[in-house]
Order: sequence, then C-alpha cells, then structure tokens
Amino acid sequence: MGANLAANYVQAVAMVLFVIGFANLLLQKNLLKKIIGFNIMDSGTYLFLADMGYIKGRVAPIVTDGIQEVERYINPIPSGLVLTGIVVSVSVTALMLSLTVRLYKRYHSLDLDEISMLIKKEKGV
Amino acid sequence: MSRRKTDEEYRQTGAFRFFRWLSGSKDAYIDTVEMKPQTEAVETKEEEERREAEHKHAVEKAYDSNNRAIIVFNKIYRLVAAIFTVFLLVSLIYAVSYLPKIGDADNATSNEVARRYIENGVQETGAVNIVSGMILTYRAFDTFGETNVLFIATCCVMLMLMLDEKILEKMDGRDDRRFEPKSDPILKTMASFLCPVIFIFAIYILFNGHLSPGGGFSGGAVLGAGMIIYVNAFGFKNTQRFFNETIYKIAKISALCMYGLIGSYFYITGANHIANHIPLGKVGELISGGIILPINIVVGIEVACTMYAFYALFRRGGL
Amino acid sequence: MSIVWNFPAISILLCLFAGIVSSGLSGKSARRLNTVLMITVLVLSAATLKYVSSLGESVVYVMGRFPAPWGNELRFGVLEAGMATFFAVIMILSMLGGHHKLSEEVESRQHNLYYVLVDLLLSSLLALIYTNDIFTAYVFVEINTIAACGLIMIRGIGRTIEAAVRYMIMSLIGSGMLLMGICILYDITGHLLMSNMKTAIAGLVIDGTYPVALLVSITLICVGLAIKSALFPFHAWLPDAYGYSTVSSAAILSSLVSKGYIFLLIKIIYRVVGFNIFNNSDIIDILFVFGLAGMIFGSVNAIRENDVRRMIAYSSVAQIGYIYMGIGMGTQFGMIAAIFHILCHAATKSLLFVSAIGLTDVSGCNRQFIYMTGSGYRHKFAGVAFTVGSLSMVGVPLFAGFISKLLFAESAVSLSGSKMLPVLIVLGISTILNAIYFMKTVIRIYTPAPDSPYQAIKARTIWPYCVVLVFFIAVNLVLGCMSDGIVELIKQGLIMFG
Repeated sequence: MGANLAANYVQAVAMVLFVIGFANLLLQKNLLKKIIGFNIMDSGTYLFLADMGYIKGRVAPIVTDGIQEVERYINPIPSGLVLTGIVVSVSVTALMLSLTVRLYKRYHSLDLDEISMLIKKEKGV
Repeated sequence: MSRRKTDEEYRQTGAFRFFRWLSGSKDAYIDTVEMKPQTEAVETKEEEERREAEHKHAVEKAYDSNNRAIIVFNKIYRLVAAIFTVFLLVSLIYAVSYLPKIGDADNATSNEVARRYIENGVQETGAVNIVSGMILTYRAFDTFGETNVLFIATCCVMLMLMLDEKILEKMDGRDDRRFEPKSDPILKTMASFLCPVIFIFAIYILFNGHLSPGGGFSGGAVLGAGMIIYVNAFGFKNTQRFFNETIYKIAKISALCMYGLIGSYFYITGANHIANHIPLGKVGELISGGIILPINIVVGIEVACTMYAFYALFRRGGL
Repeated sequence: MSIVWNFPAISILLCLFAGIVSSGLSGKSARRLNTVLMITVLVLSAATLKYVSSLGESVVYVMGRFPAPWGNELRFGVLEAGMATFFAVIMILSMLGGHHKLSEEVESRQHNLYYVLVDLLLSSLLALIYTNDIFTAYVFVEINTIAACGLIMIRGIGRTIEAAVRYMIMSLIGSGMLLMGICILYDITGHLLMSNMKTAIAGLVIDGTYPVALLVSITLICVGLAIKSALFPFHAWLPDAYGYSTVSSAAILSSLVSKGYIFLLIKIIYRVVGFNIFNNSDIIDILFVFGLAGMIFGSVNAIRENDVRRMIAYSSVAQIGYIYMGIGMGTQFGMIAAIFHILCHAATKSLLFVSAIGLTDVSGCNRQFIYMTGSGYRHKFAGVAFTVGSLSMVGVPLFAGFISKLLFAESAVSLSGSKMLPVLIVLGISTILNAIYFMKTVIRIYTPAPDSPYQAIKARTIWPYCVVLVFFIAVNLVLGCMSDGIVELIKQGLIMFG
C-alpha cells in the first residue's frame, strides 16, 4: 500500500462506489437493478474526477473581483469532464430504460435469463 | 334583511364556497377533480393462464435444478465475476494509495494547461466562468460530440418507444396513467405559478452561462423540467398547442445545425489562422463571450427538447 | 498549406450534419443523403491519403484556435487516412448490399432514423480514427456504442432487443473501465492530449514515479476496449446481435464497429503509452492469451452452430482473437499483421454477411443449413461470393485471408522466446477448424437438391446487389494480390505513428 491512502480517502470511496456499481451490473439479474448499478458506477467516476480537481483553500473557477491568479482557483478541467460524463450517462440511462420498457411490455419480466428462455420458445426468427 | 346580495349572487362568491367547504357539507373535490375508482386490468382467464404457464416454464428452464450445465455455468459465472470484482477493487484501491495527494497545489494536474485556462481564459474566451469558457472554446469539439450523444440517444429512444399516430389516438386516455386524477386543481394552480418562474429562471441560467454557474446543459435541463410540470398539470392536448412533433423537430434540428455551423466556423477558421469575426465583447456584460452565448442558447434548446422528449416518450409513446 | 489539410475535420463535421438533417427528412431522401455522404467521405479520405503520403509525415490539425495542449486536435498520417478510406469503402458496399432487404426488416416510418444512426456511426468511426485527444475519443466511443445499439435493435423483434440489452451491458462495463482508466491517467500526467501524455508517461517511467497507477490505468483502458470489441470471454452478446439484426447492420457491426475500438487501442498503445513501455508490461500477455483462446473457442462454437448467420458471427469471435494475438506478440511485425488482418476481416466478413442473405432468400428465408442445400445453384452470384469469402477466411492463396495468415506466421517465426510455438500451433488448429465449418457450408450450398421444396424458387436478379457482390470480391482480390503495397503503407503509417 502506498503512503497516500489516508489523504486520498475520498478517491478510495469513489473506487468502492465504482466497484459496487460494477458488481451490480455484472451480477444482478434484474434489468432495473443493472441500470441502477451502472449509474452508481458512473457516479463513482464523477466523484473521483471532481475530487481530483480540488485544491485546498481555493475557490470555484469563476473569476471574481477581476483576480486571475492561479493560486486563487481550483483546476477547471475535471469539472468540465464531469459535465461531459453526466450528459453521456443520462443518454445511456434513457436508452437502457427504453429497451427495458419494450422487453417488459412484451415478456412481462425483467429477468434477462428468463426473457432469453421466452424468446427461444418463440417460433421463427 | 341587511344582506345586500341575493342568494344566487352569494352562491357565486368565494366566501360561500369557503364556509361550505369548512362545514364539510360539500367535498371540494367533487366535480372539480376527475376521480375514478381503480379497477383491475382486464385479462381473460385463458390469457392469464397461458401467461402464467409460460412464465413458470421459463423460470423452470432458466433455473432448472436438473439441468447440470446451466447450474454449473451460473455458478462459474458468479464465481468468476465475484473474483474479478474483488480483484478490481483491490487493484483500484492500491492504485489510489499511490496517486498524488488530493488538494496539493503541485500535483501533475495543475500544470500549464490549467494555468492558461485561469490566467488568460477571460481575455481569450470572454467568459468569466472558466469552466464554460473551457468546454465551449478550448475543448469545443468534445462538447459538440457530447451534444450529439444526446441527439442520438433521443433517436434511439424514439425508435423503441414512439408509437404510430393512429395507435396513439386509439390509446388516448387509456395508458397507464388512466387511474390517476386528471386536471388536479392543486397541481394546476401551483403549475400556473411555478411554470413562468421556472421558465424565466431557465432563461436566466442560459443567458448567464458565461458569467455565473450554469450554461446550456443546466439551463436546458431546468427548461425541460418546467415543460414536464406543465404537461403534468395541463395535459398533452394543451402542450401540443405550442409544442408538437413538428415544432420539436424544427427546434431540435435548427438548434443542432446552428451549433454545428458556429462550431465549424470556429474550428476551420481557427485551424487555418483566419481572423475570427465574432466579437468577444466587454467582459462581464450580458452580451459578450463570443461564441459562448449563442452556443449556450442552442444547447439549451436542444437539451430542453431532449428532456421533454424523454418524458413524453416514456409516458405516452409520442410527443 | 493546401486545402486538403482540412478534409478530415470536414468529413467528420459533414457526417454529423448529415445525421442531424436526416432526422427531419423522409426515408428516401435520408437514404440519398447517406449515399452521397459516404461517397463524399470516401473521396475526401482518399485525397487526404494522397496528400499525407506525399508529405511523408503525420499532420497535426488544431480544432479551434488553441494549439496543444490547450485545445482539441486531430492528427493524421498514412495509416489513419488509409483506414478511413477503407472504412468508407466497406460502409458503402455494406449499405448498398443490404438496401433491398431494408423495407422488410425496418418499419418504413423509421427508415430516416436508420440513416441517422448510420451517419453518426460513420462520424464516430472517423473521429476515433483521426482524433489526437483521449477524451474526445471517449465521447465518440459513446456515440459509436449508442449508434451500434440502435442498429442492432432497429428491427424491433424480441431477439434483437434482448441482444441490444446484452450488448449495452457489456459495452457499459467496457466504457466505465475505459473512462476510469482515462481519469487515472489524467491524474498522473495532467494532460488529455495524446502527444503530451506520451511525453509525460515517458518521464514518469524514467523517474519511476506512479508505476502502480500507470499499470492499473493502462490495464483498465486495454480491458475496457477489449470488452467493447468482443474479445473472447466477453462475446456472449455477439451471435444474437449479428445473427438477427438487419443485413447492413450485421455487416457494418462485424466489420467496422469492433475494428474502430481496436484501432483506438492500437493508437493508444503507440501514441499514449509508447510501444516499448506497453511491451514491457504484463498486459500484452493477457491480450495474447485471450486472443489465442478466442481463436479456438470461436471456431469450435461456429462448428457447433446450425444457423448460417450465427456461424459467421461466431467466426468473428475467432478473427478478433487473431487480431489480439497479433497485438499481443509485441513486435512491429505482429502489429503489421494485426492491422492487415483488420482490413482483411472487415472486407471478408461483410462479404459473407451480405452474400449469406442472398442464399437464405432463395431458401425460403430459412437460415438452417438443411434448407440451404443447393442454394448456390439457385442464386449464382451469392453462391460465388460466399465461396470467395469462405476461401478467404480459410486462407487460400489469391485471397486476403491467405496474406494475413502468412503475415501472422512470418511474425511468429521471427519471435524469440516462448510465444512462437503457441502461435504457430494455434494458427494451425484454427485454420483447420475454419476450413471445417466454412467448407462444410460451401459443399452444402453446392450439393444438388432436386427434391428440395425451394428448388422452384428463381432468384429475382437484383442488379445493384449483384454489382455490390462483385465489388466485394474485387476488394478481397485486391487485398490478396496487391498486398505488398498495402503492407508497405501500413509500415510507413506505423513509423508515422511513433
């Protein structure tokens, strides 16, 4: 173990969140729980990013009082990346939910294995 | 009698209704809210039996206790997935313990890139909000891609959930919201107060993206939320008077094309060292910031359309 | 500075514009726009290729007013321009080859959305090929994923929706790991632009700082991209997705989408991590082992399959195994072989998917082998094309597959150490397995079946379809017979990469 684990505890929490989401995505049978897992996973990533940009004693990167010194503001780049990531995860969540709705309307089930079995029973393609 | 009003007139006043409501002689909901008792979804006996049988069969097959192959596969899958997850967790935490300390000012991330964004950002982009300036001018291509992610996601949701106009008409009022009260006076009254406020606030966020926290994405999300409240209170028929599928298409396509045109102008003139003719304006004023303000507005329109479209498609299968 | 300089950026932007405008057009106009767009992209990419190869070095194009490391950048050399040209050719052929089936497979009111997805898919492939910024790459990877998911599910039947869900779950795991890897890499280097990252990483390796974080982030990126491109243990979604989606979708997905991710991985190996640093890490062995496993298991599954399109899909798993084996060899030769195999597989697999549809059409739309007996006589063009594709996959001289197998074998022989023997053995076994299932199919379609119920069906000769098949065969022969020039181009491109 490295020396910075105690100082980086927020990032460690972010990683734990990431892995919780990851495990849900892999192991849950229920589609809705899978989608929730995906969202937890992404939140972990955003926490990690947001935390990375923070610098002690500095303020949000909006220029106030005309002061443009580096020593006053935190790093703006991770904030921008989080913004991009959130938009992507909103889109993907909506897409996954729409797929789930269609499957549920047709097969009355949210369990992916069960749906596969029902599909295999259908005649034709 | 000292009463100046006749009985007829008195019945029209709010005071009469108030006292009547207070004494409980008349329920305020009767005649104002459409209330229907919930009934079970109708399904014939045969259909239900068939569905149950299929369901049972599938479950049995999927989790067949006699089928060794499936059981073994499931066990191995779970075991491998669990081991992989634990391994991932350990290695990620191990990596974190070696990462640079949070909050340190001399980390690798606070280098010349962040320095230029902060020190010259205002002069080069015209935006007081450095994050806005960064994502819309320095890293403009990323953000255009991101807007396209939203666009393509709406297209896919439309593919899945959009119903034909004829089916929609037949379905009207018979979707899964049929048991909920329609034209709820509480919701209506509150919405008529809230919606204008929300819309104005959204426009404020949109137009001040370069001056304060906010911008196209957040403003658009607020605008979309306002529209969702409106449609909940007043129904799709009323919303369609000012926002139907045609208007949605026109707004979305023209907003994205505008963004594309501004973006292309910016990229191609920039790469070829041709002078930029979009003035930056005076820093800190509302009309300033070069390409940031128009881009924020078109992104806001796109995001609002997307949010509303998601809601409408999930609830009704059409705009 | 000539105007050709702008062509890569213009082609990406044109694709995005076409996608946006198509969402408001009718299906027919969207199709015309799509065809015009693909031909334009082909012309622009070919012009770029000519320009770059005359220049002799790769070009950096600043997207916007701010140079590196502040703004976004594109960077293109011979390999990128060549890849874009090739992808455009395959895209045109796949789209035209599946066009006559589209009205059966997709509801007519959704046709324009289909072309929106195709346009945006092309834009994201181009952006993945050209970009020099790792976060831009992530954004376009997501566009690519969503567009591919749309192409799978557009048929709207239960199987394709289920396949799309499985595809999305795997892809989300992959992109989550990719994003996390990029974030950690950004944390230790402080850059998002590939060239600056490479300098920073070289410095980190020399100083010996952050070795663990570097290893973990590179592993996350590699595994993420490998999951997304359906490397062997992560291929569960692939047979249903390729087997039941529309013809053009299956051809495009198998030949282009997974290749886009692999190309991005190769780019990250060269441009971000550095070839030598990557080769000295253990990740390369993981990719190598899974590549070998994929070659065997994909083929075994294909042999057991009873449905022609699913068989071709399983064969894709094996071919992706070949590509990862080439990357995993860790030499320049191995990489050249892998890149050549990307081209070869893209050309051949789309040919197989497109020609298989001709054969199933004359067999009453049944895809089981038993119904397809003698179908090669009923649809002569498709029969010949399918045979050519099979021979190429097996590795018969004259065709593309032979050259790529030759390149793999040559690079294996030049390997020193423990990797040589497994490569040669597995290559041999895999070739035999390939031959078993492809030759079985070819023999089946050319077995006369006088009492087949479909004997009376006469193939409606659809000329555009036949012309597309002829073009596909021509591409395959060009790859097979003029491979020297192409390999030379790849070598030149890899030098520009470094």
